[in-house]
Amino acid sequence: MEAELVTLTIDDIKVKAKKGIKVLDAALGAGIYIPHLCYLPEAEVPLASCRLCYVEIEGRGMVTACTELVAEGIVVHTHNPRIDRLRHTTMRLILANHPIDCSSCPRNRDCELQRIAAYLHIKLGNPSGSPSLKGDLGGFREMPLRDLPIDDSHSLFIYDPNKCVLCGKCVMICNERMGVGVLNFIFRGYNTRVGTFREIPWGEAGCISCGACVAACPVGALVPKNIKVLSFTTSPGCYDAPLHHHIHSPGDR
Amino acid sequence: MVEPLEQIFASCKVERKELIPLLQEIQEKLGYLSDDAMKAAAEFLHIPPSAVYGVATFYNQFRFVPAGKHPLKICLGTACHIQGSKLIMEAMERELDIKAGNVTPDHEFSLDRVACVGCCALAPVIIDKKTVYPRMTPFKVEEVLALLKEENAHGRLPTNEP
Repeated sequence: MEAELVTLTIDDIKVKAKKGIKVLDAALGAGIYIPHLCYLPEAEVPLASCRLCYVEIEGRGMVTACTELVAEGIVVHTHNPRIDRLRHTTMRLILANHPIDCSSCPRNRDCELQRIAAYLHIKLGNPSGSPSLKGDLGGFREMPLRDLPIDDSHSLFIYDPNKCVLCGKCVMICNERMGVGVLNFIFRGYNTRVGTFREIPWGEAGCISCGACVAACPVGALVPKNIKVLSFTTSPGCYDAPLHHHIHSPGDR
Repeated sequence: MVEPLEQIFASCKVERKELIPLLQEIQEKLGYLSDDAMKAAAEFLHIPPSAVYGVATFYNQFRFVPAGKHPLKICLGTACHIQGSKLIMEAMERELDIKAGNVTPDHEFSLDRVACVGCCALAPVIIDKKTVYPRMTPFKVEEVLALLKEENAHGRLPTNEP
Protein backbone atom coordinates (compact mmCIF):
# COMPACT_ATOMS: atom_id res chain seq x y z
CA MET A 1 0.00 0.00 0.00
CA GLU A 2 1.36 3.38 -0.89
CA ALA A 3 1.91 5.94 1.80
CA GLU A 4 -0.67 8.67 1.99
CA LEU A 5 0.37 11.77 0.08
CA VAL A 6 -0.33 15.37 0.91
CA THR A 7 0.06 18.34 -1.36
CA LEU A 8 1.72 21.48 -0.16
CA THR A 9 2.96 24.61 -1.83
CA ILE A 10 6.61 25.57 -1.48
CA ASP A 11 7.57 28.84 -3.16
CA ASP A 12 4.57 28.65 -5.50
CA ILE A 13 5.45 25.11 -6.54
CA LYS A 14 2.97 22.34 -5.77
CA VAL A 15 4.82 19.53 -4.03
CA LYS A 16 3.51 16.07 -3.19
CA ALA A 17 5.00 14.58 -0.07
CA LYS A 18 4.49 11.54 2.08
CA LYS A 19 2.45 12.21 5.18
CA GLY A 20 4.59 12.33 8.30
CA ILE A 21 7.77 13.70 6.78
CA LYS A 22 9.23 17.09 7.58
CA VAL A 23 8.85 20.20 5.45
CA LEU A 24 12.62 20.28 4.93
CA ASP A 25 12.56 16.74 3.58
CA ALA A 26 9.71 17.58 1.22
CA ALA A 27 11.50 20.67 -0.08
CA LEU A 28 14.82 18.92 -0.61
CA GLY A 29 13.00 16.04 -2.29
CA ALA A 30 11.41 18.49 -4.70
CA GLY A 31 14.75 20.07 -5.47
CA ILE A 32 14.11 23.22 -3.45
CA TYR A 33 17.16 24.01 -1.36
CA ILE A 34 16.76 25.24 2.20
CA PRO A 35 20.03 25.84 4.06
CA HIS A 36 20.62 23.35 6.85
CA LEU A 37 23.57 22.04 8.83
CA CYS A 38 22.18 19.69 11.43
CA TYR A 39 19.37 17.84 9.68
CA LEU A 40 19.30 14.07 10.00
CA PRO A 41 16.19 12.55 8.38
CA GLU A 42 16.35 9.53 10.68
CA ALA A 43 16.26 11.55 13.89
CA GLU A 44 12.97 10.99 15.63
CA VAL A 45 13.40 14.21 17.58
CA PRO A 46 15.13 16.64 15.22
CA LEU A 47 18.30 18.20 16.54
CA ALA A 48 17.15 21.61 15.29
CA SER A 49 20.38 23.07 16.58
CA CYS A 50 21.66 25.05 13.60
CA ARG A 51 18.58 27.29 13.19
CA LEU A 52 19.33 27.87 9.54
CA CYS A 53 16.35 26.17 7.92
CA TYR A 54 13.82 28.82 8.89
CA VAL A 55 10.86 29.05 6.55
CA GLU A 56 7.61 30.87 6.81
CA ILE A 57 4.44 28.82 6.72
CA GLU A 58 1.25 30.79 6.28
CA GLY A 59 -0.74 30.56 9.47
CA ARG A 60 2.13 29.01 11.44
CA GLY A 61 4.63 31.84 11.16
CA MET A 62 8.39 31.50 11.16
CA VAL A 63 9.35 27.90 11.85
CA THR A 64 12.31 25.59 11.36
CA ALA A 65 11.59 23.38 8.35
CA CYS A 66 13.30 20.41 9.98
CA THR A 67 10.77 20.28 12.82
CA GLU A 68 7.53 21.01 10.99
CA LEU A 69 5.50 18.17 9.58
CA VAL A 70 4.00 18.50 6.13
CA ALA A 71 0.25 18.92 6.01
CA GLU A 72 -2.35 19.17 3.28
CA GLY A 73 -2.55 22.59 1.73
CA ILE A 74 0.09 24.43 3.72
CA VAL A 75 1.88 27.26 1.93
CA VAL A 76 5.61 27.48 2.61
CA HIS A 77 7.90 30.35 1.72
CA THR A 78 11.63 29.73 1.80
CA HIS A 79 12.61 33.24 0.80
CA ASN A 80 11.55 36.65 1.98
CA PRO A 81 13.37 39.53 3.66
CA ARG A 82 12.41 38.41 7.15
CA ILE A 83 13.66 34.87 6.65
CA ASP A 84 16.86 36.12 5.05
CA ARG A 85 17.51 38.45 7.94
CA LEU A 86 17.02 35.65 10.47
CA ARG A 87 19.30 33.33 8.51
CA HIS A 88 21.93 35.99 8.18
CA THR A 89 21.90 36.52 11.91
CA THR A 90 22.15 32.80 12.59
CA MET A 91 24.94 32.39 10.08
CA ARG A 92 26.82 35.36 11.52
CA LEU A 93 26.64 33.75 14.97
CA ILE A 94 27.84 30.40 13.64
CA LEU A 95 30.72 32.08 11.80
CA ALA A 96 31.59 34.27 14.78
CA ASN A 97 34.12 31.79 16.15
CA HIS A 98 34.72 29.66 13.10
CA PRO A 99 38.22 29.99 11.70
CA ILE A 100 37.92 31.14 8.08
CA ASP A 101 41.10 29.73 6.65
CA CYS A 102 39.27 27.77 3.99
CA SER A 103 42.21 27.50 1.65
CA SER A 104 44.08 25.35 4.17
CA CYS A 105 41.00 23.35 5.24
CA PRO A 106 40.64 19.84 3.85
CA ARG A 107 36.94 20.41 3.32
CA ASN A 108 37.44 23.48 1.14
CA ARG A 109 34.81 23.46 -1.66
CA ASP A 110 33.04 20.54 0.01
CA CYS A 111 31.81 22.38 3.06
CA GLU A 112 28.22 23.03 4.03
CA LEU A 113 29.18 26.33 5.66
CA GLN A 114 30.70 27.54 2.42
CA ARG A 115 27.66 26.38 0.51
CA ILE A 116 25.28 28.19 2.84
CA ALA A 117 27.45 31.30 2.88
CA ALA A 118 27.32 31.35 -0.91
CA TYR A 119 23.56 30.83 -0.83
CA LEU A 120 23.18 33.76 1.55
CA HIS A 121 25.69 35.87 -0.41
CA ILE A 122 27.96 36.06 2.61
CA LYS A 123 31.60 36.53 1.68
CA LEU A 124 33.97 34.34 3.61
CA GLY A 125 37.61 35.16 4.01
CA ASN A 126 37.55 38.03 6.44
CA PRO A 127 34.96 37.17 9.04
CA SER A 128 35.18 40.30 11.13
CA GLY A 129 35.73 42.86 8.44
CA SER A 130 33.55 41.52 5.69
CA PRO A 131 31.25 44.32 4.58
CA SER A 132 28.54 41.85 3.65
CA LEU A 133 28.52 40.64 7.24
CA LYS A 134 28.90 43.97 8.94
CA GLY A 135 26.47 45.83 6.71
CA ASP A 136 23.05 44.94 8.06
CA LEU A 137 24.16 42.92 11.07
CA GLY A 138 26.73 45.07 12.79
CA GLY A 139 26.84 45.26 16.52
CA PHE A 140 27.81 41.67 17.24
CA ARG A 141 30.62 41.36 19.69
CA GLU A 142 33.91 40.13 18.34
CA MET A 143 34.50 36.53 19.36
CA PRO A 144 37.97 35.18 19.93
CA LEU A 145 38.58 32.00 17.97
CA ARG A 146 38.63 28.83 20.01
CA ASP A 147 41.97 27.33 20.89
CA LEU A 148 41.05 23.77 21.82
CA PRO A 149 43.39 20.82 21.39
CA ILE A 150 43.07 18.90 18.12
CA ASP A 151 42.57 15.16 18.58
CA ASP A 152 44.49 13.19 15.98
CA SER A 153 44.75 10.02 18.05
CA HIS A 154 42.47 8.00 15.80
CA SER A 155 44.18 6.18 12.99
CA LEU A 156 41.55 7.15 10.40
CA PHE A 157 40.40 10.67 11.17
CA ILE A 158 41.12 13.94 12.93
CA TYR A 159 38.78 15.95 15.14
CA ASP A 160 39.40 19.67 15.24
CA PRO A 161 37.00 21.16 17.81
CA ASN A 162 37.96 24.66 16.70
CA LYS A 163 36.19 24.14 13.39
CA CYS A 164 33.21 22.35 14.92
CA VAL A 165 29.84 24.06 14.52
CA LEU A 166 28.32 21.84 17.25
CA CYS A 167 25.49 20.70 15.02
CA GLY A 168 25.34 17.44 16.96
CA LYS A 169 25.04 15.07 14.01
CA CYS A 170 28.05 12.99 15.01
CA VAL A 171 26.82 12.74 18.61
CA MET A 172 23.35 11.70 17.47
CA ILE A 173 24.71 9.16 15.02
CA CYS A 174 27.19 7.68 17.48
CA ASN A 175 24.51 7.30 20.15
CA GLU A 176 21.27 6.66 18.28
CA ARG A 177 22.17 5.06 14.98
CA MET A 178 25.30 3.15 15.91
CA GLY A 179 24.46 2.67 19.59
CA VAL A 180 28.13 3.14 20.42
CA GLY A 181 27.90 6.26 22.54
CA VAL A 182 31.58 7.13 22.54
CA LEU A 183 30.76 10.74 21.71
CA ASN A 184 28.83 13.38 23.54
CA PHE A 185 28.82 17.10 24.06
CA ILE A 186 31.12 17.96 26.91
CA PHE A 187 31.60 21.19 28.86
CA ARG A 188 29.37 24.17 28.39
CA GLY A 189 28.92 27.45 26.59
CA TYR A 190 31.92 28.64 24.59
CA ASN A 191 33.86 25.63 25.83
CA THR A 192 31.40 23.10 24.48
CA ARG A 193 32.96 20.50 22.23
CA VAL A 194 32.31 16.99 21.09
CA GLY A 195 34.28 14.64 23.23
CA THR A 196 34.64 11.34 24.94
CA PHE A 197 34.42 10.23 28.54
CA ARG A 198 37.11 12.11 30.49
CA GLU A 199 38.43 13.38 27.15
CA ILE A 200 40.16 10.09 26.44
CA PRO A 201 41.76 10.35 22.99
CA TRP A 202 39.25 9.13 20.39
CA GLY A 203 41.59 6.45 19.23
CA GLU A 204 41.49 4.83 22.66
CA ALA A 205 37.92 5.55 23.71
CA GLY A 206 36.27 2.47 22.27
CA CYS A 207 35.40 3.93 18.88
CA ILE A 208 34.38 1.19 16.44
CA SER A 209 35.75 3.18 13.49
CA CYS A 210 32.49 3.03 11.54
CA GLY A 211 33.22 6.51 10.19
CA ALA A 212 29.56 7.49 10.24
CA CYS A 213 30.37 10.62 12.25
CA VAL A 214 33.08 11.64 9.79
CA ALA A 215 30.75 11.16 6.84
CA ALA A 216 28.04 13.22 8.55
CA CYS A 217 30.20 16.17 9.58
CA PRO A 218 29.08 19.17 7.51
CA VAL A 219 32.32 21.08 8.03
CA GLY A 220 36.02 20.43 8.44
CA ALA A 221 35.87 19.39 12.08
CA LEU A 222 35.92 15.65 11.44
CA VAL A 223 38.02 14.72 8.43
CA PRO A 224 39.64 11.48 7.32
CA LYS A 225 43.38 11.54 7.69
CA ASN A 226 44.06 10.61 4.10
CA ILE A 227 41.68 13.13 2.59
CA LYS A 228 44.40 14.52 0.34
CA VAL A 229 44.38 11.41 -1.81
CA LEU A 230 40.74 10.48 -1.32
CA SER A 231 37.64 12.27 -2.39
CA PHE A 232 34.85 12.69 0.05
CA THR A 233 31.12 12.62 -0.48
CA THR A 234 28.47 13.97 1.81
CA SER A 235 25.55 14.48 -0.47
CA PRO A 236 22.31 14.35 1.50
CA GLY A 237 20.87 10.93 2.09
CA CYS A 238 23.97 8.93 1.30
CA TYR A 239 25.78 9.25 4.59
CA ASP A 240 24.34 6.07 6.01
CA ALA A 241 27.04 3.74 4.78
CA PRO A 242 30.29 3.23 6.64
CA LEU A 243 33.28 5.39 5.89
CA HIS A 244 34.85 3.14 3.29
CA HIS A 245 31.70 3.47 1.17
CA HIS A 246 32.16 7.19 1.04
CA ILE A 247 35.76 7.62 0.24
CA HIS A 248 37.10 6.45 -3.04
CA SER A 249 40.60 6.80 -4.22
CA PRO A 250 40.86 8.72 -7.49
CA GLY A 251 41.51 5.47 -9.36
CA ASP A 252 38.08 4.11 -8.47
CA ARG A 253 36.18 6.56 -10.55
CA MET B 1 35.17 2.52 47.06
CA VAL B 2 32.38 0.59 45.37
CA GLU B 3 30.36 -0.07 48.51
CA PRO B 4 29.05 3.42 49.25
CA LEU B 5 28.00 3.61 45.61
CA GLU B 6 25.92 0.46 45.88
CA GLN B 7 24.09 2.02 48.79
CA ILE B 8 23.27 5.03 46.65
CA PHE B 9 22.20 2.91 43.68
CA ALA B 10 19.93 0.83 45.90
CA SER B 11 17.71 3.84 46.57
CA CYS B 12 17.72 5.09 42.97
CA LYS B 13 15.40 4.23 40.11
CA VAL B 14 16.94 3.17 36.82
CA GLU B 15 15.77 6.17 34.89
CA ARG B 16 17.84 8.61 32.94
CA LYS B 17 16.27 11.57 34.70
CA GLU B 18 17.82 10.31 37.94
CA LEU B 19 21.31 11.03 36.63
CA ILE B 20 21.85 14.44 38.21
CA PRO B 21 20.51 13.53 41.68
CA LEU B 22 22.62 10.38 41.47
CA LEU B 23 25.78 12.32 40.63
CA GLN B 24 25.02 14.76 43.43
CA GLU B 25 24.73 11.93 45.92
CA ILE B 26 27.94 10.35 44.69
CA GLN B 27 29.73 13.64 45.05
CA GLU B 28 28.27 14.09 48.53
CA LYS B 29 29.62 10.70 49.49
CA LEU B 30 33.01 10.70 47.78
CA GLY B 31 33.64 14.43 47.71
CA TYR B 32 34.11 14.30 43.94
CA LEU B 33 33.19 12.27 40.87
CA SER B 34 35.82 9.65 40.27
CA ASP B 35 36.16 7.99 36.88
CA ASP B 36 35.06 4.68 38.37
CA ALA B 37 32.03 6.24 40.02
CA MET B 38 30.93 7.87 36.76
CA LYS B 39 31.38 4.60 34.89
CA ALA B 40 29.40 2.77 37.57
CA ALA B 41 26.61 5.36 37.34
CA ALA B 42 26.57 4.98 33.55
CA GLU B 43 26.31 1.23 33.82
CA PHE B 44 23.59 1.48 36.44
CA LEU B 45 21.47 3.81 34.27
CA HIS B 46 22.28 1.93 31.03
CA ILE B 47 23.73 5.00 29.32
CA PRO B 48 27.21 5.53 27.86
CA PRO B 49 29.87 6.97 30.19
CA SER B 50 30.30 9.83 27.74
CA ALA B 51 26.71 10.89 28.44
CA VAL B 52 27.42 10.98 32.18
CA TYR B 53 30.57 12.97 31.57
CA GLY B 54 28.71 15.34 29.28
CA VAL B 55 26.18 16.14 31.97
CA ALA B 56 28.79 16.33 34.72
CA THR B 57 30.96 18.79 32.79
CA PHE B 58 27.93 20.94 32.01
CA TYR B 59 27.37 21.81 35.66
CA ASN B 60 29.90 23.67 37.73
CA GLN B 61 28.80 21.88 40.88
CA PHE B 62 30.56 18.67 39.88
CA ARG B 63 34.26 18.20 40.38
CA PHE B 64 36.53 15.50 39.03
CA VAL B 65 39.40 15.79 41.48
CA PRO B 66 38.97 15.60 45.25
CA ALA B 67 38.74 19.00 46.93
CA GLY B 68 41.70 20.04 49.05
CA LYS B 69 41.75 19.78 52.84
CA HIS B 70 40.76 23.42 52.81
CA PRO B 71 38.24 23.94 50.02
CA LEU B 72 38.57 27.68 49.63
CA LYS B 73 35.76 29.46 47.87
CA ILE B 74 36.06 33.05 46.81
CA CYS B 75 32.82 34.89 46.31
CA LEU B 76 32.57 36.78 43.06
CA GLY B 77 28.96 37.75 43.52
CA THR B 78 27.69 41.26 42.97
CA ALA B 79 28.55 42.77 46.35
CA CYS B 80 31.95 41.07 46.54
CA HIS B 81 32.66 42.04 42.95
CA ILE B 82 31.96 45.68 43.78
CA GLN B 83 34.33 45.37 46.73
CA GLY B 84 37.11 44.09 44.49
CA SER B 85 36.85 40.31 44.80
CA LYS B 86 38.67 39.99 41.49
CA LEU B 87 41.81 41.21 43.25
CA ILE B 88 41.22 38.68 46.02
CA MET B 89 40.96 35.89 43.47
CA GLU B 90 44.12 37.07 41.71
CA ALA B 91 45.98 37.25 45.01
CA MET B 92 44.84 33.77 45.98
CA GLU B 93 45.73 32.31 42.59
CA ARG B 94 49.15 33.91 42.89
CA GLU B 95 49.70 32.73 46.47
CA LEU B 96 48.58 29.15 45.85
CA ASP B 97 50.03 29.09 42.34
CA ILE B 98 46.89 27.42 40.96
CA LYS B 99 43.96 28.65 38.91
CA ALA B 100 40.38 28.68 40.15
CA GLY B 101 38.87 25.21 39.95
CA ASN B 102 42.10 23.41 40.79
CA VAL B 103 43.79 21.80 43.77
CA THR B 104 47.30 22.41 45.06
CA PRO B 105 49.68 19.49 44.41
CA ASP B 106 49.85 18.73 48.15
CA HIS B 107 46.01 18.52 48.30
CA GLU B 108 45.95 21.09 51.10
CA PHE B 109 43.96 23.74 49.25
CA SER B 110 41.46 23.81 46.45
CA LEU B 111 40.27 27.06 44.97
CA ASP B 112 36.84 27.70 43.54
CA ARG B 113 34.76 30.69 42.62
CA VAL B 114 31.21 31.02 43.86
CA ALA B 115 28.54 33.57 43.10
CA CYS B 116 27.20 34.93 46.37
CA VAL B 117 27.19 33.10 49.68
CA GLY B 118 24.61 35.35 51.30
CA CYS B 119 26.76 37.48 53.58
CA CYS B 120 27.15 40.50 51.34
CA ALA B 121 27.61 42.87 54.29
CA LEU B 122 30.97 41.20 54.89
CA ALA B 123 32.13 41.52 51.25
CA PRO B 124 34.51 40.51 49.90
CA VAL B 125 34.63 37.11 51.53
CA ILE B 126 36.54 33.86 51.36
CA ILE B 127 34.89 30.68 52.63
CA ASP B 128 36.75 27.71 54.03
CA LYS B 129 34.23 24.98 54.82
CA LYS B 130 32.00 26.82 57.32
CA THR B 131 34.43 29.56 58.22
CA VAL B 132 33.89 32.96 56.67
CA TYR B 133 36.83 35.30 56.26
CA PRO B 134 35.26 38.74 55.92
CA ARG B 135 36.38 42.01 54.30
CA MET B 136 39.31 40.51 52.48
CA THR B 137 42.15 42.41 50.97
CA PRO B 138 44.99 40.95 48.92
CA PHE B 139 47.22 41.40 51.95
CA LYS B 140 44.77 39.61 54.23
CA VAL B 141 44.73 36.70 51.77
CA GLU B 142 48.35 36.10 52.69
CA GLU B 143 47.46 36.29 56.39
CA VAL B 144 44.63 33.77 56.03
CA LEU B 145 46.84 31.37 54.14
CA ALA B 146 49.65 31.74 56.66
CA LEU B 147 47.16 30.95 59.42
CA LEU B 148 45.77 27.90 57.65
CA LYS B 149 49.22 26.62 56.79
CA GLU B 150 50.28 26.95 60.40
CA GLU B 151 47.21 25.09 61.56
CA ASN B 152 47.92 22.36 59.05
CA ALA B 153 51.47 22.10 60.28
CA HIS B 154 50.31 21.76 63.90
CA GLY B 155 47.45 19.43 63.06
CA ARG B 156 44.82 21.72 64.51
CA LEU B 157 41.52 22.55 62.94
CA PRO B 158 40.34 26.13 62.64
CA THR B 159 38.98 27.23 66.01
CA ASN B 160 36.56 29.85 64.83
CA GLU B 161 33.98 27.49 63.38
CA PRO B 162 30.44 28.59 64.16
